[in-house]
Amino acid sequence: MNTDPDTLAAFRQEVSAWLEDNIPEDPGFLLPLTFMEVGTDEQLAFLVAWQRKVYEAGYLGMSWPQEYGGRGMPKVYQDIVDEELANHKAPIIFNTIGLGWAGPLILEMGTEAEKQKYIKGILTAEDIWCQGFSEPDHGSDLGNAQTRAVRDGDEYVINGSKIWTTHGPYGKYMILLARTNPEAKSKYAGLSFFLSPMQAPGITTSPIQKITGEYGFAQTFFDDARIPAECLMGEEGEGWKLAMRTLEYERSVEGGQATSYCLTSISSDDLIETCRSIQRDGKPLLEDPVVQDQLVQFILEEKNLQLNNTRGKLPDLCTDYPLSLMLSGKLEATELCRRMRQYAVSLQGAKGGLYIHDNDALDGAIWQHGYFNNFSATIGGGTSQVQTNIIAEHALGLPK
Amino acid sequence: MGFVRYEENKSYSMRFSEEQKMILESARSFCQDTSSIEQVRKLLESAQGYEDNVWQQLVELGWTGIAIAEAFGGSELGIEAVVPIVESMGRNLSATPFISCTLAAQLLLRAASPEQQQRWLPKMVEGQIATLALLDNEDWGADNTTHQLSDDLVLTGEKWFVDDAATAELFIILTQYQGSARFVLVERNQLSEGAIKAHALIDETKRSAKVDFTGVTVSADAVLAADNVEAILADIKLIGALLTAAEAVGTTSSCLNLVVDYLNTRKQFGKPIGSFQALKHPSVDILIKLEGARSQVYHAATLFEEGKGEIERDLEIACRMAKASANDALLMAGDRAVQFHGGMGFTYECDAQLYIRRAQWSQQQFGDSAHHRKRLAPLLLN
Repeated sequence: MNTDPDTLAAFRQEVSAWLEDNIPEDPGFLLPLTFMEVGTDEQLAFLVAWQRKVYEAGYLGMSWPQEYGGRGMPKVYQDIVDEELANHKAPIIFNTIGLGWAGPLILEMGTEAEKQKYIKGILTAEDIWCQGFSEPDHGSDLGNAQTRAVRDGDEYVINGSKIWTTHGPYGKYMILLARTNPEAKSKYAGLSFFLSPMQAPGITTSPIQKITGEYGFAQTFFDDARIPAECLMGEEGEGWKLAMRTLEYERSVEGGQATSYCLTSISSDDLIETCRSIQRDGKPLLEDPVVQDQLVQFILEEKNLQLNNTRGKLPDLCTDYPLSLMLSGKLEATELCRRMRQYAVSLQGAKGGLYIHDNDALDGAIWQHGYFNNFSATIGGGTSQVQTNIIAEHALGLPK
Repeated sequence: MGFVRYEENKSYSMRFSEEQKMILESARSFCQDTSSIEQVRKLLESAQGYEDNVWQQLVELGWTGIAIAEAFGGSELGIEAVVPIVESMGRNLSATPFISCTLAAQLLLRAASPEQQQRWLPKMVEGQIATLALLDNEDWGADNTTHQLSDDLVLTGEKWFVDDAATAELFIILTQYQGSARFVLVERNQLSEGAIKAHALIDETKRSAKVDFTGVTVSADAVLAADNVEAILADIKLIGALLTAAEAVGTTSSCLNLVVDYLNTRKQFGKPIGSFQALKHPSVDILIKLEGARSQVYHAATLFEEGKGEIERDLEIACRMAKASANDALLMAGDRAVQFHGGMGFTYECDAQLYIRRAQWSQQQFGDSAHHRKRLAPLLLN
């Protein structure tokens, strides 16, 4: 498949033109900024239709194998699509847990039957996926998860509870981490990994309202829930290995996602525009040297990240701490984003106190909303503090 | 619309050629061999700060000519080839006049007539030491000078922070001649007795001095041909900022190694202190700053290669971001290295002092972080 610059540039133009013609009109209700806050049926219906449209146009799962519904093309094509989705501020592609985490995991480590059964439905949004990793008492200490799975004939009986289940009420399948052997010689060795149905007797979900005021998360309860034994992925005891691999996809340490466009990005360009639009002392805030200094610092850090991404592909320039760029991307990007959004709220004067349903709020209170939402990124998928421990231990080689 | 993004992506370009890789490997091993920490300490009190035989070896490796045109005996590889060398020097706190000489050569390549270049550059390839005398005082942001060259070609005025003045044979001075800025050359033997007064630098590995050029008469061919002095000066300051940044990146990484080694070996409360998150997390902060700065430095090096030495807007941004990032990384590394060594960190004997001192010196060469952010603002926000 051709990846020369001219071909890619032409492809980018094709995608751009398609998006200009096909991005849906504003539906008149609030659209989620990220895949984690799909909270109403109308939002869900809108996003399912949009994902299907993008897939049918051939712009989703471009690097996934053709036999399962992908297009078998080099990943750079999907990267271009993802960049153009962001450039056009298109609605998000919401089925992230399938497209970005479970899908690549199944393609890499699943059986032929699992690939046949699950991959296509992920791409078409017919099957919405959710994740059952964190528990109310075991978040950062995921290896200590206590939800039990006991083999009973052709079934497993599940008891326990999972929390922060994005898409929980809409989910058809869950990637589920559960304990099959409480007596195993380590806490990790007792865990197993399931591709579990969500519509099974004994599985219920209860929505959780978030700091933004919206829904999108749920707590999932398993009360003697029975799922078919064939839902076990890999062998019993391999759960930790599969969960860690999933987290590598989740944290974008590993490529292979059908798309990485799962949230509306707000960049330093948007922050500059905001500073241009706010007047203080008869002048745009953008002309204030104190504000300028902070903006330059943000832009510099944003560029660090982009350049780190480029340098990560040049191993000769990564010899000091070979794992560090790979492990630190999520931490840096999410923390920078949080600080930028927090700063943008602080610039708004008294309007910084208005929220999303107030018509006088600046840009629909996108910064306030985005700032709150950003905590899902600095907490979810491993808190910044745990990420920092991981970098210290695995990149720098400091003791546990 | 799509093309805009595609074009923009060029400003994130970074490449590292086989040639650069070979230079980096050879520079790393050279600096390890010639600039062990014991050697660095041994040189702290020496007058010139480096050993002649080390400089001679460096000349024989061809590094003094690496960014000088082939016509003058150099290898014409550009600033992108200088960066890995300087980074390696920073890594081992090696303090030869390499940066001074590189900048002097870059200035001559931009400002001197062909005859002037032919006279000086081949000597510099062979190891003659040259340095810049730009500052009237401490201010890197100054855009004019009070230094004077009279109509009858007599100099009046002192220059500050003339690096490696102790061994320089050639000084390139920023002065005023007939109402406009010019560069003028002075040879060492033209200086009067006592004209060079060494600064007592906070960084004892480096050497810099005040040099009084008052009373020196120069010949007409010592005035460099170029009259676009401001533009050339701006370029040289950006190259200086980049090279200092590259050096600081190398120093930051060895400072971080020092911290990590200590955190892994020192025990308190029955365990290595590196297991405490209060020490672990700031160590990661240093690493993250280091990685960002290193990316900026090699991105700027790549843009030098693409622009064949021409400095456009993107490259100016890259050099300034590299310097601001590298300053912040090394300042934090040096500061935390002292703190994390506890009582030992407060002693002269602990190597952390070498790094915190280097950090203070380095941040002030070719502009501190706020200096560069201030100049980035109009480039980024309009």
